[in-house]
Amino acid sequence: MKKTYKIEVDCANCAAKMEEATKKTAGVKDATVNFMALKMIVEFEEGQDPKAVMPVVLKNCRKVEDDCEIFF
Amino acid sequence: MTRKQKKVLMRIIIAAVFMVILGLLPLTGWLRFGLFLIPYLVIGYDILRKAWKGILNRQVFDENFLMAVATLGAILLGEYTEGVAVMLFYQIGELFQSVAVGKSRRNISDLMDIRPDYANIEVDGSIEQVDPDEVEIGTTIVVQPGEKVPIDGVILEGNTTLNTSALTGESLPRDAAAGDEIISGCINMTGLLKIRTTKEFGDSTVSRILDLVENSSSKKSRSENFITKFARYYTPAVCYGALALALLPPLFGIGLLGQASTLALWSDWVYRALTFLVISCPCALVISIPLSFFAGIGGASHEGVLVKGSNYLEALANTTTVVCDKTGTLTQGVFEVIGVHHHTLAEKELLEYAALAESHSSHPISRSICKAYGDTLDHTRVSDVEEIGGNGVIATVDSHRVAVGNQKLMRQEGVACQECHEIGTIVHVAIDGKYEGHILIADRLKPHAKDAVAAMHKAGVSRIVMLTGDDRRVADNVAQKIGISEVYSELLPSDKVEQVERLLTEKRSKDKLVFVGDGINDAPVLSRADIGIAMGALGSDAAIEAADIVLMDDDPLKIAKAIRISRKCIRIVYENIYFAIGVKVLCLILGALGIANMWIAIFADVGVMVLAVFNAIRTLFVDKV
Repeated sequence: MKKTYKIEVDCANCAAKMEEATKKTAGVKDATVNFMALKMIVEFEEGQDPKAVMPVVLKNCRKVEDDCEIFF
Repeated sequence: MTRKQKKVLMRIIIAAVFMVILGLLPLTGWLRFGLFLIPYLVIGYDILRKAWKGILNRQVFDENFLMAVATLGAILLGEYTEGVAVMLFYQIGELFQSVAVGKSRRNISDLMDIRPDYANIEVDGSIEQVDPDEVEIGTTIVVQPGEKVPIDGVILEGNTTLNTSALTGESLPRDAAAGDEIISGCINMTGLLKIRTTKEFGDSTVSRILDLVENSSSKKSRSENFITKFARYYTPAVCYGALALALLPPLFGIGLLGQASTLALWSDWVYRALTFLVISCPCALVISIPLSFFAGIGGASHEGVLVKGSNYLEALANTTTVVCDKTGTLTQGVFEVIGVHHHTLAEKELLEYAALAESHSSHPISRSICKAYGDTLDHTRVSDVEEIGGNGVIATVDSHRVAVGNQKLMRQEGVACQECHEIGTIVHVAIDGKYEGHILIADRLKPHAKDAVAAMHKAGVSRIVMLTGDDRRVADNVAQKIGISEVYSELLPSDKVEQVERLLTEKRSKDKLVFVGDGINDAPVLSRADIGIAMGALGSDAAIEAADIVLMDDDPLKIAKAIRISRKCIRIVYENIYFAIGVKVLCLILGALGIANMWIAIFADVGVMVLAVFNAIRTLFVDKV
């Protein structure tokens, strides 16, 4: 399942870091951060509930980039 | 500026004023230290916090850490002004970059502002606004002047002029009337339209285009990957380098002549190490390279060139071979009457008879004849229409027996017909068994086809090849008219793949081969080529899937334009890489030697970043490329 989220992040490098962090989150199959559109496309693994995965994604992203925001 | 940015600006002003005033006051000792902490914390508290959090999260080596260490170090060495100044300028640079990026992002999203917010449907005579997602196929929607067409469909009622510039980059308005297909994303300029939708919102042109552009950053270019890797090794390397610079020389007692004490020796080398740290920040690269691609793709989409990923933009810059499909790419792919060679009847009259006889047929050739006639046809004049599959039509018009068709039909009618010296499809006309002449029908060249070939050569494409399934005579004729010397004709779709594969082996591996097609039947070739460009592909799903770059209108001139945009983008990317790394390496050496002080370090960091960002934003401006 793929879902698109709006995000807030300041720089292109931070966006890349968020993308890395999201990809490494359990339950996430693949992720793309589009700095241009300020959007994040997350592909979840089979049977994963986005509602449960996304808070972890945000937590991991906050670790690499303190003031990022994901709206989910 | 956003609120966040305004807040940073306030902090910058306050800290700067404090710093200048404190610098002028004759303060010494602890008082001086304490007072300087005020502007330092005002400007740098968030950096310190982020650096600390980074350490806690084991993400130590980032620019926050570099800045925190460098400035704290400077303050401990008693260089208060410099410590505050480094932080101050770093924040100015960050603010500048954030404003610039925000501005270019808005520019780009304005360019791509085609997402409709609502659709109007008529309920009991009054118009109601609904979410376009909820509109089912076959619903009648109403589009008022000034509104965007939300969903693809067919016009039921109304005439209007459409502005398609957001979709195609073409500024010339297009007329549309009842019966025409209409694609979402156009702006209805003049008249009220009623449209029957033929697709769901999610499958409509607008949604597909937005999807494509929004997913484009998932495919990273080699330069971007290079920078990511570079930063991964570079930052730790520099930190250890700085550590070594601070520790090793003083431990071995190396110093400049005339240094009085060990303390002075140490502080000199620590200062150099801190300078080293400030210079080393890789911000200029990690910010400007993705920004260049982001602006390049945005600028290209403004011109109606959708690039699916920065890797394709990068590859396009190395194009040396362009392989074009003929029909629909260089020619319009629609049949058109290009000549009427008449005998005794007047041209218009011959065309009228032919058009009347053909008026019941929906064959593209029949349609082109009716279109060439232009006036409305009186169907009551036609009777006994007999279509002879593949050969033509025989009908009775005004009690004359009219035969319209190819040579075989003429032979069948016992009429001797004339060969035509021109190239194209020839439709003979016989009336009451007498040969009256023929109508020459051909696929027209696109108006810019010739210029497009010249422009591609000018853009550095050394080899242009045309492939077609069409007849050799027709193909050679087209190629000669537009200036292509290499033509392969009478190819089946699978032959096209073979040709492209052969051409792929004939170029150097660094060079790229582009295939341009209209997306009909050439999906396999599009995916086989290094870069597949589909043109005029607004209607074709398969082409959008298979292609790497989609030209939204069908103007072949855009091929050269896309190449030029990519070249400009890559040139700027390399300028930034060489410039940033060059300046940094130079300053690092000067810093290690003790020649560059903190102020030069600030330039090497913030100055270079600002210049690189400015340069990157240039990629957005593609009008005159």
